[in-house]
Amino acid sequence: MKFQTPAGKNPIDRMKVVGKPHDRVEGPLKVTGAAPYAYERHSVIANQAYGEVVGAAIAKGRIISIDLAEARRAAGVIAILTAENAGGIGRGDFIFASPLAGPLVEHYHQAVAVVVAESLEQARAAAALVRVDYDRADGVYDLSSAKAGATKRASVPDAAIGDFATAFATAPVKLDAVYTTPDQSHMAMEPHATIAAWDGDRLNLWTSVQALDWAMRDLPKILKMPRDKVHMSSPYIGGGFGGKISSMSDAALAALAARVAGCPVKLALTRTLLVNNTVHRPATIQRVRIGAARDGKILAIGHENWTGNLPDAFVEQSTVPTPSLYAGANRLATTRVAVLDLPEGSSMRAPGEAPGMMAIEIAMDELAELLGMDPIQVRLVNDTQVDPSDPNHPFSTRQLAECLHVGSERFGWSKRAAKPGARREGQWLIGMGVASAIRGARTRTSAARARLDAKGIVTIETDMTDIGTGAYTILAQTAAEMMGIGLDDVVVKLGESDYPVSVGSIGQRGAASASGAVFAACTKLRQTIAQQLSLPEGDVDFVDGHIVSGGRRIPLGKAAAAGEIVVEDVLEFGPEMPKKYAQQAFGAHFVEVAVHASTGEIRVRRMLAVCAAGRILNPKTARSQVIGAMTMGVGAALSEELAIDTRFGYFVNHDLAGYEVAVHADIPHQEVIFIDEVDPTITPTKAKGVGELGLVGVAAAVANAIYNATGVRVRDYPIRLDKFMDRLPAVA
Amino acid sequence: MDIFREPKVSRRAVIVGGASSAAVTALVPASAQDAKPSTLAASVPEMLKVSFTVNGKVRELELDTRTTLLDALREHIQLTGTKKGCDQGQCGACTVIVDGRRINSCLTLAVMHEGDKITTIEGLGAVGDLHPMQAAFLKHDGYQCGYCTPGQICSAVGMLAELKAGVPSHVTADPAVGPKFSNAETRERMSGNICRCGAYSNIQEAIAEVAGVRS
Repeated sequence: MKFQTPAGKNPIDRMKVVGKPHDRVEGPLKVTGAAPYAYERHSVIANQAYGEVVGAAIAKGRIISIDLAEARRAAGVIAILTAENAGGIGRGDFIFASPLAGPLVEHYHQAVAVVVAESLEQARAAAALVRVDYDRADGVYDLSSAKAGATKRASVPDAAIGDFATAFATAPVKLDAVYTTPDQSHMAMEPHATIAAWDGDRLNLWTSVQALDWAMRDLPKILKMPRDKVHMSSPYIGGGFGGKISSMSDAALAALAARVAGCPVKLALTRTLLVNNTVHRPATIQRVRIGAARDGKILAIGHENWTGNLPDAFVEQSTVPTPSLYAGANRLATTRVAVLDLPEGSSMRAPGEAPGMMAIEIAMDELAELLGMDPIQVRLVNDTQVDPSDPNHPFSTRQLAECLHVGSERFGWSKRAAKPGARREGQWLIGMGVASAIRGARTRTSAARARLDAKGIVTIETDMTDIGTGAYTILAQTAAEMMGIGLDDVVVKLGESDYPVSVGSIGQRGAASASGAVFAACTKLRQTIAQQLSLPEGDVDFVDGHIVSGGRRIPLGKAAAAGEIVVEDVLEFGPEMPKKYAQQAFGAHFVEVAVHASTGEIRVRRMLAVCAAGRILNPKTARSQVIGAMTMGVGAALSEELAIDTRFGYFVNHDLAGYEVAVHADIPHQEVIFIDEVDPTITPTKAKGVGELGLVGVAAAVANAIYNATGVRVRDYPIRLDKFMDRLPAVA
Repeated sequence: MDIFREPKVSRRAVIVGGASSAAVTALVPASAQDAKPSTLAASVPEMLKVSFTVNGKVRELELDTRTTLLDALREHIQLTGTKKGCDQGQCGACTVIVDGRRINSCLTLAVMHEGDKITTIEGLGAVGDLHPMQAAFLKHDGYQCGYCTPGQICSAVGMLAELKAGVPSHVTADPAVGPKFSNAETRERMSGNICRCGAYSNIQEAIAEVAGVRS
């Protein structure tokens, strides 16, 4: 099925199952501990040995020698993998650093060796006996000092419209400020883990990967073997957030270690290793200049972004949201990239938008203050229904203003004191903040298989994954709606590499793309059933477990009485819709904080997100994605920062004690409102995604609330005590 | 239930007792290792027999003295509902209930638990026969990826028992009077269980429902 024109009326519009807040279909397995994650699959293959990774103790340089003698003699040791016996290692298309160092070391805690032993304790003890001599080279680890040498990448061209310089210079009201966002860690609760087993030249992996198609593209390249000899299974993933998009080091190391050991190897990266061993969200420095008229209309907006990474690796493109967000005739967006020798930076939840909006949405708050306007009003004045960079490119849907209005009403924005520091409750200064949210509503071609058996059970198979997003549930709902059956009569199987290829769990594309694939497969199943039963085309419906045609009601399972019906279809998203429409999801975040007048302690007291993101396939799981993102946004605002040792080039706080994510005590009751919306230009189910939208803008809303509470502006995330305590208002 | 009971074998005693354990190697300064590396490294790990009850079933195991209770459950008994998130007591994913008290099973050695009664997520309830806390998590969507979930649920069950027993916390207004159920109390007491998906708000609703109050 091709998707080239807006979706017309279709069975999903019945909304009997879709759109309902069903509990997760895999929920009973998760709350009882029965859902099997990668490391736990004891039964898939016998004789699993344990791998323990030894990480490099330098950030850049060369391995002079590795002494394995003691480790080899240690009890239980079966084999030790190093670059010496690994064979040639290639490079995939997603991660650029090698999974295994030697002789060159590309980043700190890059794997140097994997010790394989009979037990975990033996592997760990022996790994501690591996002695490595390094020749340490100097590296560049500090973005602020490398900024001057940052260069333009061909993949990230400057975006200039109108005459920014003149318009900014002559604007009556000007804001010019620099914001910084730190390196952040994904910190999924499940450490990266893989069980690898060779069967001759065939490789089986039980792993934890968000996008199997990419992992199946990249791992064979890394291992220099044909793709069709590899199989991966990833039905349950203990969180990803972009940190497990493709095949990561754990998969390659487990496969290589299994080859040298001659037996299956299970391997998990330890928490303390994975922060520097895998990937993170790179830090940014962002200069934002906004020139506005006295009525608040933006005349010029400039967004300059500096970031860093290993050569050729990912670019944190903070300017992504800027061209689409607010109106304004004169615009400039640039990104410059420095080469850094830190661990590799990569995509983390809402790459581009998340750090970009951390800056832009404080800037809008500052602009409002310069104008003496309400922060919501400034955003409304600059709202637009066409792409600000192209008047002939209308938004498919854009209910940003509605989000702001509804949120303002629900949150009690009118109680916000316009003057910072004006509201006090006992020892606490109270403030409210707002931020817009925007995230691209993109899709990628995805396929699914649908099976109907004689009992009337419909089984869906696709290599789509569920990283906690609710994919199992929304795909079951989509199939149930299409086939006119209940959720209990649908089985959804995900995460096997031999299933039809989907987008995977990336870039907020999953819900729209994979539900579209299930729509396509079920459409084909409906057609096939009608043909097999010789029913007249145009007079066939699927209702309440029956095929209804010409006054006849045939139980659905009857159609498969002679044998299972199996169909497969791919939903191909053409370029037509994105070309015709600017496609984005929108939202607004509202936050109330209390800041202790004496100690500066910050408490987030209330949070509300209002989202307009197309059809919400399941309001329960969608809401959970949004509150989870809001929680991550609180972390980004107040505590999350990978601290760099700029002498030795590594992230110092590489565990969950030093890298502080939000915990229960940090998070209040959270509210989410979804604005009624369907967007037929995105996908047949008319859905967008919300998983990243929920994060975008949150940290800025927190920052703006802190400013409103205290009158102290912090432009350097995270907003820790030491950055503002000396500027707090004098305690009366 | 004696929540403040001392463990029968301290961790120190086990580490000292298992002196041939290679785990000790990492604690010994490099110079000392250089002096006598081979005897330490080549030694066979010391094994001990231990017997405890897991979810009502007696388990008799012979384990490496370095094996944590978490790894005994996951690797030896193959009860993988208990999760390993950090292996160093920072995340709470490995929370189980030992003799009525919630603990991080990654921070305790299996051989210290002779005779103990251990309850894991599998022991609270199963598919089709959910514990009220499991059912409340399902209803309130108190999870997303599901990896921290067994630890959250075991922790919540143990936490409510602590509240009921009058154990004070950091946010208890008057420890002499004891704690009252409140959101502040449950949020404080659950803060050792990290959920990176950020389901906290929903988890608190699930806990409040089981406790019989509105969140």
